[in-house]
Amino acid sequence: MIEHRRFGNLLPHLVLLAGVAIVAFPVYLAVIASTHDNTVIANGQMPLYPGSHGLETYWTTIVSGTGKTTRAPVGGMMLNSLIMAIGIAVGKIAISIISAYAIVFFSFPFRMTAFWTIFITLMLPVEVRIFPTYKITSDLHMLDSYSGLILPLIASATATLLFRQFFMTVPKELVEASKMDGAGPIRFFFDTLLPLSVTNIAALFVILFIYGWNQYLWPLLITTRDDMQTIVIGIKKIIDVHDALTEWSVAMATAVLAMLPPVAVVVLMQRLFVKGLIETEK
Amino acid sequence: MLGRRCASPFAIRHAVFAFIKGSSMAGVTLRSVRKAYPNGFEAIKGVDVDVGDGQFCVLVGPSGCGKSTLLRMVAGLETITSGDIDIGGRIVNQVEPAERDIAMVFQNYALYPHMSVYNNMAYGLRNRGMPKPEIDTRVQEAARILELGAMLDRKPGQLSGGQRQRVAMGRAIVRQPKVFLFDEPLSNLDAKLRIAMRVEIRKLQRRLNTTSIYVTHDQLEAMTLADVLVVMNGGRVEQIGNPLDIYQKPATTFVASFIGAPPMNLLPLASDALRSQIDGDARRSAGILGIRPEDFVISNGAAPGDVALDLVVDAIEHVGAETFVYGSRQAHGAEIAANPGEFASGEIIVRVPGTAAPSIGERIKAVAPRDKLHLFSGDGRQRIAW
Repeated sequence: MIEHRRFGNLLPHLVLLAGVAIVAFPVYLAVIASTHDNTVIANGQMPLYPGSHGLETYWTTIVSGTGKTTRAPVGGMMLNSLIMAIGIAVGKIAISIISAYAIVFFSFPFRMTAFWTIFITLMLPVEVRIFPTYKITSDLHMLDSYSGLILPLIASATATLLFRQFFMTVPKELVEASKMDGAGPIRFFFDTLLPLSVTNIAALFVILFIYGWNQYLWPLLITTRDDMQTIVIGIKKIIDVHDALTEWSVAMATAVLAMLPPVAVVVLMQRLFVKGLIETEK
Repeated sequence: MLGRRCASPFAIRHAVFAFIKGSSMAGVTLRSVRKAYPNGFEAIKGVDVDVGDGQFCVLVGPSGCGKSTLLRMVAGLETITSGDIDIGGRIVNQVEPAERDIAMVFQNYALYPHMSVYNNMAYGLRNRGMPKPEIDTRVQEAARILELGAMLDRKPGQLSGGQRQRVAMGRAIVRQPKVFLFDEPLSNLDAKLRIAMRVEIRKLQRRLNTTSIYVTHDQLEAMTLADVLVVMNGGRVEQIGNPLDIYQKPATTFVASFIGAPPMNLLPLASDALRSQIDGDARRSAGILGIRPEDFVISNGAAPGDVALDLVVDAIEHVGAETFVYGSRQAHGAEIAANPGEFASGEIIVRVPGTAAPSIGERIKAVAPRDKLHLFSGDGRQRIAW
């Protein structure tokens, strides 16, 4: 075993590198494409080296928008996406941590009924309940608004379940020690439970932010105004143009821009994220 | 840190004085306290205990005897089905734990993992709205007493078991409560540390002179710590009293076998030749004879009134200062243990000092003097004086 180690290490690394290449190449291509003039790509010559029109393309994409497609600039879409993704992530965490707190630490009539009701909603994602949800959102005059984008998506059984499992590992004595120290339920929640949940919250935030950012169907359904569009829908609309050439450089720049915030969130919160998944010591 | 230390010398002296003296002291009285769960299970079946001001009361018993439940009822963490709990002349049945003027040390310490040692101790005081300089004085003083001064900025995760234990004690001390409650605080420590902390707890309690109730299943801890020892079994109090009194005059066979290690030998007297060795009136009413292992002497002669047992040595344990001889009685194969499960049927433990011991298989005569015999009624519920 030991004398063959160099080869033993080489093969897995080759496999890994091949995997990375397969995943990264399209991303690389998108970045490259966004730096060339549209005509280069439209001619069917896709170069593999960076072009000279990068800044220009990104300026057009983010700030001014393209005249030909009369699309709003992507900057606004990114802001919409950001508000929606953060709103969904924060809302989901806030609601689920409170409901998990109630379910785990308080005894009230129909506690388990409440828990199972929340649990069952796992079977009802937005796609299943899309018509009634649309109807309600529309009746509440929330179409084309941030609240309409966020609120219907923030109830989360998954996050509630995750917090419940975490809360159940919190020693009962910690609650009792808090009681002895004169901390009521609200104080215990903010002074003890919330600080202990930080890593779990961070891990969930990463997952939920990406979930929110990648929403497609729901924003497509309830936003009609250009200035309420999210970037994921923006990509699709930029590609689907009638009576004109698709501006591939702009489309690719948009795709690259759409990738950046989730990547940033993962990179920035990676340390906490991993800690939240593996940490056991309370 | 510096800012916190700027309290005036007078304020500090005053606080330290109040600290050592303890605030106002008080005893704890339980009057026919009962606890029944909704499913009908009765955990506490009527307990009366009186713990005087400044006394150290230890609740001891096997697991499931209700001692922890009783402590938690005093703490206010469990409701009381009936009866009264009186702390310092105030009935606290309906009073919230934080308002009872008590502090509790938990078995697993229950320190706040995300707070520094300093904040762990200060948290309860802050919640009560105490001014910062006074909190600081109290925490620094507690840290000095418990030798935690160098660790105030650390998190509990960076401390050893013994240090965590001390922080838990510090958290109780800074409150200057009327009563300390300890729920098996030493059971997570290794044997050596446990003894050291046991002594430390006792010293601290003497010094602060605060009424304390301490729960343990370890009879040695119970014997060494207690002013008042409460032996519990099955939700009832078996015996209350001074530890030595309980050791010397156990009220029931349960107490007899629970207090003292190794346990007292209990011999049923029914249809036994032993009965004839006991003189006096007690011979008729007694059902069980108890003899502590340390009260035996290996000897050939027995004075009148002494009880002599013929044993075959089965096993020997050398502990160093003493040796335990496990023997079985000859020709009494049909005997049944008085308290099944407490000790092996028919087996007798004899303690001999030093390392001199008979060899395995040897026949010996173990003699117990008359005044060291304990007699109990046949059901073991009653001690018979003689």
